[in-house]
Amino acid sequence: MHEMSLCESVLQVLQTEADKQGFNRVKAVWLEIGDLSSVEPEAMLFSFDVVTRNSLADGAKLNIISVPGDAWCTQCAKNVLVQQHFDQCPDCGSYQLQVTGGEEMRIKELEVE
Amino acid sequence: MCTVCGCSKGESRIEGKNEHSHPVHGGDSHHYGHGPAHAHAHAPGMSQARMIQVEQDILGKNNEYAKANRSLFISKGILTLNLVSSPGSGKTTLLVRTLQDLQDELPLTVIEGDQETSQDADRIRKTGVPAIQINTGKGCHLDARQVGHAIEYLSPADASILMIENVGNLVCPAAFDLGEAYKVAILSITEGEDKPIKYPDMFHAADILLLNKIDLLPYLQFDIKKCIEYAQRVNPGIQVLQVSAINGEGMSAWYQWIRRAHQIQLSSRTAYSIL
Repeated sequence: MHEMSLCESVLQVLQTEADKQGFNRVKAVWLEIGDLSSVEPEAMLFSFDVVTRNSLADGAKLNIISVPGDAWCTQCAKNVLVQQHFDQCPDCGSYQLQVTGGEEMRIKELEVE
Repeated sequence: MCTVCGCSKGESRIEGKNEHSHPVHGGDSHHYGHGPAHAHAHAPGMSQARMIQVEQDILGKNNEYAKANRSLFISKGILTLNLVSSPGSGKTTLLVRTLQDLQDELPLTVIEGDQETSQDADRIRKTGVPAIQINTGKGCHLDARQVGHAIEYLSPADASILMIENVGNLVCPAAFDLGEAYKVAILSITEGEDKPIKYPDMFHAADILLLNKIDLLPYLQFDIKKCIEYAQRVNPGIQVLQVSAINGEGMSAWYQWIRRAHQIQLSSRTAYSIL
Protein backbone atom coordinates (compact mmCIF):
# COMPACT_ATOMS: atom_id res chain seq x y z
CA MET A 1 0.00 0.00 0.00
CA HIS A 2 2.87 2.43 -0.48
CA GLU A 3 0.86 3.85 -3.40
CA MET A 4 -0.96 5.79 -0.68
CA SER A 5 2.29 7.44 0.47
CA LEU A 6 3.28 8.03 -3.14
CA CYS A 7 -0.03 9.82 -3.74
CA GLU A 8 0.57 11.90 -0.62
CA SER A 9 3.94 12.89 -2.09
CA VAL A 10 2.22 13.81 -5.36
CA LEU A 11 -0.26 15.97 -3.45
CA GLN A 12 2.59 17.73 -1.63
CA VAL A 13 4.19 18.57 -4.98
CA LEU A 14 0.85 19.87 -6.26
CA GLN A 15 0.50 22.15 -3.23
CA THR A 16 4.05 23.47 -3.61
CA GLU A 17 3.53 24.08 -7.33
CA ALA A 18 0.21 25.85 -6.62
CA ASP A 19 2.08 28.35 -4.43
CA LYS A 20 4.91 28.75 -6.90
CA GLN A 21 2.91 28.93 -10.10
CA GLY A 22 -0.28 30.53 -8.79
CA PHE A 23 -3.16 28.16 -9.41
CA ASN A 24 -6.09 27.10 -7.23
CA ARG A 25 -7.25 23.86 -8.69
CA VAL A 26 -5.73 20.85 -10.38
CA LYS A 27 -7.96 19.27 -13.02
CA ALA A 28 -5.66 16.55 -14.30
CA VAL A 29 -2.29 15.02 -13.47
CA TRP A 30 0.02 13.01 -15.76
CA LEU A 31 2.45 10.60 -14.13
CA GLU A 32 5.16 8.59 -15.81
CA ILE A 33 5.40 5.21 -14.12
CA GLY A 34 8.03 2.71 -15.20
CA ASP A 35 7.05 -0.93 -15.67
CA LEU A 36 9.91 -1.88 -13.33
CA SER A 37 9.00 0.60 -10.59
CA SER A 38 7.30 -0.91 -7.57
CA VAL A 39 4.02 0.79 -8.40
CA GLU A 40 0.70 -0.83 -9.19
CA PRO A 41 -1.20 1.62 -11.45
CA GLU A 42 -4.63 0.40 -10.26
CA ALA A 43 -3.69 0.98 -6.62
CA MET A 44 -2.30 4.38 -7.58
CA LEU A 45 -5.60 5.43 -9.20
CA PHE A 46 -7.56 4.28 -6.17
CA SER A 47 -5.24 5.97 -3.66
CA PHE A 48 -5.15 9.19 -5.63
CA ASP A 49 -8.90 9.63 -5.34
CA VAL A 50 -8.78 8.99 -1.61
CA VAL A 51 -5.76 11.18 -0.89
CA THR A 52 -6.90 14.17 -2.94
CA ARG A 53 -10.38 14.36 -1.45
CA ASN A 54 -11.09 17.89 -0.14
CA SER A 55 -7.78 19.14 -1.53
CA LEU A 56 -6.94 21.39 -4.46
CA ALA A 57 -6.95 18.26 -6.61
CA ASP A 58 -10.35 16.94 -5.50
CA GLY A 59 -11.89 15.14 -8.47
CA ALA A 60 -8.76 15.56 -10.64
CA LYS A 61 -8.18 12.94 -13.30
CA LEU A 62 -5.03 10.89 -12.89
CA ASN A 63 -3.40 9.74 -16.11
CA ILE A 64 -0.64 7.15 -15.93
CA ILE A 65 1.83 6.95 -18.78
CA SER A 66 3.68 3.69 -18.54
CA VAL A 67 7.36 3.55 -19.44
CA PRO A 68 8.69 0.21 -20.68
CA GLY A 69 11.51 -1.55 -18.83
CA ASP A 70 14.85 -1.26 -20.54
CA ALA A 71 18.01 -3.19 -19.74
CA TRP A 72 21.56 -3.60 -21.04
CA CYS A 73 22.37 -7.19 -21.86
CA THR A 74 26.03 -7.77 -21.08
CA GLN A 75 26.12 -10.84 -23.36
CA CYS A 76 24.57 -9.22 -26.46
CA ALA A 77 26.09 -5.81 -25.62
CA LYS A 78 22.86 -4.01 -26.47
CA ASN A 79 19.68 -2.66 -24.89
CA VAL A 80 16.64 -4.93 -24.70
CA LEU A 81 13.07 -4.53 -23.47
CA VAL A 82 12.09 -6.30 -20.24
CA GLN A 83 8.80 -6.56 -18.38
CA GLN A 84 10.11 -7.73 -15.00
CA HIS A 85 13.30 -7.58 -12.98
CA PHE A 86 13.72 -11.33 -13.41
CA ASP A 87 13.23 -11.43 -17.18
CA GLN A 88 15.91 -12.99 -19.31
CA CYS A 89 17.29 -11.35 -22.43
CA PRO A 90 14.68 -11.94 -25.17
CA ASP A 91 17.50 -12.60 -27.66
CA CYS A 92 20.15 -14.69 -25.89
CA GLY A 93 18.31 -15.88 -22.75
CA SER A 94 20.94 -14.49 -20.36
CA TYR A 95 20.00 -13.08 -16.95
CA GLN A 96 23.04 -10.80 -16.94
CA LEU A 97 20.96 -7.68 -17.43
CA GLN A 98 21.56 -4.19 -16.03
CA VAL A 99 18.34 -2.23 -15.77
CA THR A 100 18.75 1.12 -17.54
CA GLY A 101 15.19 2.43 -17.67
CA GLY A 102 11.63 1.77 -16.57
CA GLU A 103 12.11 2.41 -12.84
CA GLU A 104 10.93 6.02 -12.94
CA MET A 105 8.06 7.52 -10.98
CA ARG A 106 7.68 11.08 -12.19
CA ILE A 107 5.06 13.79 -12.18
CA LYS A 108 5.15 14.97 -15.75
CA GLU A 109 2.52 17.65 -16.22
CA LEU A 110 -0.65 19.14 -14.78
CA GLU A 111 -3.78 20.76 -16.06
CA VAL A 112 -4.63 23.54 -13.64
CA GLU A 113 -6.85 26.56 -13.28
CA MET B 1 12.29 25.69 11.65
CA CYS B 2 12.76 21.97 11.61
CA THR B 3 16.14 21.04 10.15
CA VAL B 4 14.99 17.70 8.84
CA CYS B 5 11.72 18.35 7.12
CA GLY B 6 8.93 20.71 6.34
CA CYS B 7 6.86 18.67 8.81
CA SER B 8 3.71 17.10 7.58
CA LYS B 9 0.95 15.56 9.59
CA GLY B 10 1.15 11.83 10.01
CA GLU B 11 0.67 8.88 12.23
CA SER B 12 4.25 7.89 12.72
CA ARG B 13 5.74 8.11 16.17
CA ILE B 14 9.24 7.93 17.62
CA GLU B 15 9.33 6.20 20.99
CA GLY B 16 5.58 6.56 21.26
CA LYS B 17 5.64 10.33 20.77
CA ASN B 18 4.58 12.19 17.69
CA GLU B 19 7.68 12.67 15.57
CA HIS B 20 7.51 16.39 15.84
CA SER B 21 7.58 16.61 19.58
CA HIS B 22 11.27 15.72 19.53
CA PRO B 23 13.82 17.85 21.40
CA VAL B 24 14.96 19.92 18.46
CA HIS B 25 11.75 21.64 17.69
CA GLY B 26 9.72 20.70 20.68
CA GLY B 27 6.10 20.67 19.88
CA ASP B 28 3.15 22.12 18.24
CA SER B 29 4.53 25.33 16.88
CA HIS B 30 4.42 24.03 13.33
CA HIS B 31 1.75 24.76 10.89
CA TYR B 32 1.40 23.89 7.31
CA GLY B 33 0.31 27.06 5.67
CA HIS B 34 0.78 27.38 1.98
CA GLY B 35 1.98 30.96 1.89
CA PRO B 36 0.18 34.01 0.66
CA ALA B 37 -2.86 33.55 -1.49
CA HIS B 38 -2.43 34.27 -5.14
CA ALA B 39 -4.59 36.74 -6.94
CA HIS B 40 -6.62 35.30 -9.75
CA ALA B 41 -8.67 37.07 -12.35
CA HIS B 42 -11.90 35.34 -13.20
CA ALA B 43 -13.73 36.11 -16.40
CA PRO B 44 -17.20 34.55 -16.59
CA GLY B 45 -17.56 32.00 -19.31
CA MET B 46 -13.82 31.77 -19.92
CA SER B 47 -11.91 28.73 -18.77
CA GLN B 48 -8.73 29.45 -16.87
CA ALA B 49 -7.38 25.99 -17.50
CA ARG B 50 -3.73 25.73 -18.53
CA MET B 51 -1.04 23.09 -18.71
CA ILE B 52 2.03 23.09 -16.49
CA GLN B 53 5.18 21.01 -16.99
CA VAL B 54 6.38 19.68 -13.67
CA GLU B 55 8.92 16.93 -14.38
CA GLN B 56 9.52 15.98 -10.76
CA ASP B 57 10.31 12.66 -9.18
CA ILE B 58 7.38 11.51 -7.01
CA LEU B 59 9.84 10.39 -4.37
CA GLY B 60 11.87 13.58 -4.81
CA LYS B 61 11.19 14.74 -1.27
CA ASN B 62 12.13 11.40 0.27
CA ASN B 63 15.24 11.32 -1.88
CA GLU B 64 16.28 14.77 -0.63
CA TYR B 65 16.03 13.61 2.99
CA ALA B 66 17.88 10.41 2.07
CA LYS B 67 20.65 12.45 0.47
CA ALA B 68 20.97 14.60 3.59
CA ASN B 69 21.12 11.48 5.78
CA ARG B 70 23.71 9.92 3.49
CA SER B 71 25.98 13.00 3.54
CA LEU B 72 25.78 13.04 7.32
CA PHE B 73 26.71 9.35 7.48
CA ILE B 74 29.62 9.82 5.09
CA SER B 75 30.95 12.91 6.87
CA LYS B 76 30.89 11.09 10.21
CA GLY B 77 32.08 7.74 8.89
CA ILE B 78 28.90 6.00 10.06
CA LEU B 79 28.11 2.76 8.24
CA THR B 80 24.32 2.48 7.90
CA LEU B 81 22.65 -0.79 6.96
CA ASN B 82 18.97 -1.01 6.06
CA LEU B 83 17.71 -4.48 7.03
CA VAL B 84 14.70 -5.56 5.01
CA SER B 85 12.70 -8.79 4.99
CA SER B 86 9.24 -10.24 5.31
CA PRO B 87 7.78 -10.58 8.83
CA GLY B 88 9.08 -13.64 10.62
CA SER B 89 12.38 -14.05 8.76
CA GLY B 90 14.27 -13.88 12.05
CA LYS B 91 15.50 -10.36 11.41
CA THR B 92 15.39 -9.21 15.03
CA THR B 93 16.99 -12.43 16.29
CA LEU B 94 19.76 -12.05 13.72
CA LEU B 95 20.22 -8.42 14.70
CA VAL B 96 20.36 -9.22 18.42
CA ARG B 97 23.01 -11.90 17.87
CA THR B 98 25.03 -9.56 15.64
CA LEU B 99 24.95 -6.83 18.28
CA GLN B 100 25.96 -9.24 21.05
CA ASP B 101 28.88 -10.54 19.01
CA LEU B 102 30.14 -7.18 17.72
CA GLN B 103 29.38 -4.65 20.44
CA ASP B 104 32.75 -5.01 22.18
CA GLU B 105 34.53 -4.44 18.90
CA LEU B 106 32.48 -1.68 17.23
CA PRO B 107 30.21 1.14 18.43
CA LEU B 108 26.65 0.26 17.37
CA THR B 109 23.20 1.87 17.41
CA VAL B 110 19.84 0.67 16.12
CA ILE B 111 16.69 2.20 14.65
CA GLU B 112 13.72 -0.15 14.85
CA GLY B 113 10.75 0.25 12.54
CA ASP B 114 7.43 -1.44 13.23
CA GLN B 115 3.82 -0.52 12.71
CA GLU B 116 3.12 -0.69 16.42
CA THR B 117 4.76 -1.48 19.82
CA SER B 118 8.30 -0.95 21.08
CA GLN B 119 8.89 -4.67 21.69
CA ASP B 120 11.76 -4.88 19.24
CA ALA B 121 13.57 -1.80 20.54
CA ASP B 122 13.17 -3.25 24.05
CA ARG B 123 14.74 -6.51 22.88
CA ILE B 124 17.65 -4.60 21.34
CA ARG B 125 18.22 -2.41 24.41
CA LYS B 126 18.57 -5.53 26.55
CA THR B 127 21.84 -6.18 24.69
CA GLY B 128 23.10 -2.80 25.95
CA VAL B 129 23.09 -1.21 22.48
CA PRO B 130 21.21 2.13 22.21
CA ALA B 131 18.05 1.74 20.13
CA ILE B 132 15.15 3.89 19.11
CA GLN B 133 11.72 2.73 17.98
CA ILE B 134 9.82 4.31 15.12
CA ASN B 135 6.18 3.28 14.87
CA THR B 136 4.90 3.90 11.41
CA GLY B 137 1.21 3.68 12.37
CA LYS B 138 -0.64 3.01 9.15
CA GLY B 139 2.60 3.20 7.15
CA CYS B 140 4.13 0.08 5.68
CA HIS B 141 7.76 1.25 5.47
CA LEU B 142 10.27 3.64 7.01
CA ASP B 143 11.03 6.81 5.09
CA ALA B 144 14.12 8.99 5.07
CA ARG B 145 12.41 11.79 7.00
CA GLN B 146 11.58 9.48 9.92
CA VAL B 147 15.15 8.20 9.94
CA GLY B 148 16.44 11.80 9.92
CA HIS B 149 14.39 12.55 13.03
CA ALA B 150 15.45 9.32 14.72
CA ILE B 151 19.13 10.22 14.18
CA GLU B 152 18.58 13.47 16.05
CA TYR B 153 17.41 11.47 19.06
CA LEU B 154 19.97 8.72 18.75
CA SER B 155 23.08 10.79 17.92
CA PRO B 156 25.17 7.88 16.64
CA ALA B 157 28.90 8.32 17.32
CA ASP B 158 31.44 9.05 14.61
CA ALA B 159 32.80 5.91 12.93
CA SER B 160 29.98 3.79 14.38
CA ILE B 161 27.56 1.37 12.75
CA LEU B 162 23.86 2.17 12.55
CA MET B 163 21.53 -0.73 11.86
CA ILE B 164 18.03 0.15 10.67
CA GLU B 165 15.53 -2.68 11.00
CA ASN B 166 12.84 -1.76 8.50
CA VAL B 167 9.18 -2.75 8.78
CA GLY B 168 8.73 -6.44 7.88
CA ASN B 169 7.52 -6.07 4.32
CA LEU B 170 9.08 -7.18 1.05
CA VAL B 171 7.29 -4.65 -1.13
CA CYS B 172 7.25 -1.03 -0.02
CA PRO B 173 10.63 -0.57 1.71
CA ALA B 174 12.28 -1.31 -1.65
CA ALA B 175 11.19 2.06 -3.01
CA PHE B 176 12.23 4.25 -0.09
CA ASP B 177 15.89 5.19 0.14
CA LEU B 178 16.80 5.98 3.76
CA GLY B 179 20.32 7.19 3.02
CA GLU B 180 21.86 3.84 3.95
CA ALA B 181 25.12 2.56 2.51
CA TYR B 182 23.66 -0.92 1.84
CA LYS B 183 20.32 -2.70 1.83
CA VAL B 184 20.60 -6.10 3.49
CA ALA B 185 17.78 -8.50 2.57
CA ILE B 186 17.08 -11.36 4.94
CA LEU B 187 15.19 -14.40 3.72
CA SER B 188 14.59 -17.43 5.89
CA ILE B 189 14.51 -20.89 4.40
CA THR B 190 11.08 -21.50 5.94
CA GLU B 191 9.68 -19.06 3.37
CA GLY B 192 10.13 -20.80 0.03
CA GLU B 193 12.95 -20.51 -2.48
CA ASP B 194 10.94 -18.50 -5.03
CA LYS B 195 10.60 -15.37 -2.85
CA PRO B 196 13.25 -13.49 -4.88
CA ILE B 197 11.19 -13.73 -8.07
CA LYS B 198 7.86 -13.27 -6.27
CA TYR B 199 9.11 -10.01 -4.76
CA PRO B 200 11.71 -8.96 -7.31
CA ASP B 201 11.84 -5.26 -6.44
CA MET B 202 13.30 -5.89 -3.02
CA PHE B 203 15.88 -8.44 -4.10
CA HIS B 204 16.81 -6.20 -7.00
CA ALA B 205 17.41 -3.29 -4.62
CA ALA B 206 19.39 -5.31 -2.05
CA ASP B 207 23.21 -5.41 -1.98
CA ILE B 208 23.48 -8.61 0.03
CA LEU B 209 21.13 -11.47 0.86
CA LEU B 210 21.33 -13.34 4.13
CA LEU B 211 19.68 -16.75 3.91
CA ASN B 212 18.68 -17.29 7.52
CA LYS B 213 17.61 -20.33 9.59
CA ILE B 214 19.88 -22.75 7.71
CA ASP B 215 19.97 -24.86 10.89
CA LEU B 216 16.47 -26.00 9.81
CA LEU B 217 17.67 -27.28 6.45
CA PRO B 218 17.46 -31.00 7.41
CA TYR B 219 13.76 -30.61 8.18
CA LEU B 220 12.69 -28.64 5.13
CA GLN B 221 12.53 -29.09 1.41
CA PHE B 222 14.27 -25.87 0.53
CA ASP B 223 16.41 -25.75 -2.59
CA ILE B 224 19.22 -23.34 -1.67
CA LYS B 225 20.82 -23.51 -5.09
CA LYS B 226 17.54 -22.63 -6.79
CA CYS B 227 16.93 -19.76 -4.36
CA ILE B 228 20.36 -18.26 -5.05
CA GLU B 229 19.80 -18.70 -8.78
CA TYR B 230 16.49 -16.81 -8.52
CA ALA B 231 18.11 -14.02 -6.49
CA GLN B 232 20.85 -13.68 -9.09
CA ARG B 233 18.32 -13.53 -11.90
CA VAL B 234 16.74 -10.51 -10.31
CA ASN B 235 20.07 -9.05 -9.25
CA PRO B 236 23.16 -10.50 -10.98
CA GLY B 237 25.53 -8.73 -8.57
CA ILE B 238 23.89 -9.82 -5.29
CA GLN B 239 26.09 -11.50 -2.71
CA VAL B 240 24.51 -14.37 -0.75
CA LEU B 241 25.54 -15.60 2.71
CA GLN B 242 23.98 -18.60 4.44
CA VAL B 243 23.53 -18.06 8.16
CA SER B 244 21.79 -19.28 11.27
CA ALA B 245 21.19 -16.66 13.93
CA ILE B 246 20.31 -19.48 16.34
CA ASN B 247 23.39 -21.73 16.17
CA GLY B 248 25.76 -19.11 14.77
CA GLU B 249 26.62 -20.97 11.57
CA GLY B 250 27.87 -18.65 8.84
CA MET B 251 27.67 -15.59 11.10
CA SER B 252 31.42 -14.96 10.98
CA ALA B 253 31.22 -14.37 7.20
CA TRP B 254 28.46 -11.83 7.85
CA TYR B 255 30.61 -10.08 10.46
CA GLN B 256 33.52 -10.01 8.03
CA TRP B 257 31.24 -8.41 5.47
CA ILE B 258 30.22 -5.75 8.03
CA ARG B 259 33.87 -5.03 8.95
CA ARG B 260 34.78 -4.60 5.27
CA ALA B 261 31.78 -2.35 4.62
CA HIS B 262 32.77 -0.31 7.69
CA GLN B 263 36.33 0.11 6.37
CA ILE B 264 34.92 1.29 3.03
CA GLN B 265 32.70 3.79 4.83
CA LEU B 266 35.67 5.10 6.82
CA SER B 267 37.70 5.59 3.66
CA SER B 268 34.75 7.48 2.12
CA ARG B 269 34.92 9.81 5.11
CA THR B 270 38.60 10.41 4.48
CA ALA B 271 37.85 11.18 0.83
CA TYR B 272 34.99 13.47 1.94
CA SER B 273 37.18 15.42 4.36
CA ILE B 274 39.86 15.94 1.68
CA LEU B 275 37.21 17.36 -0.64
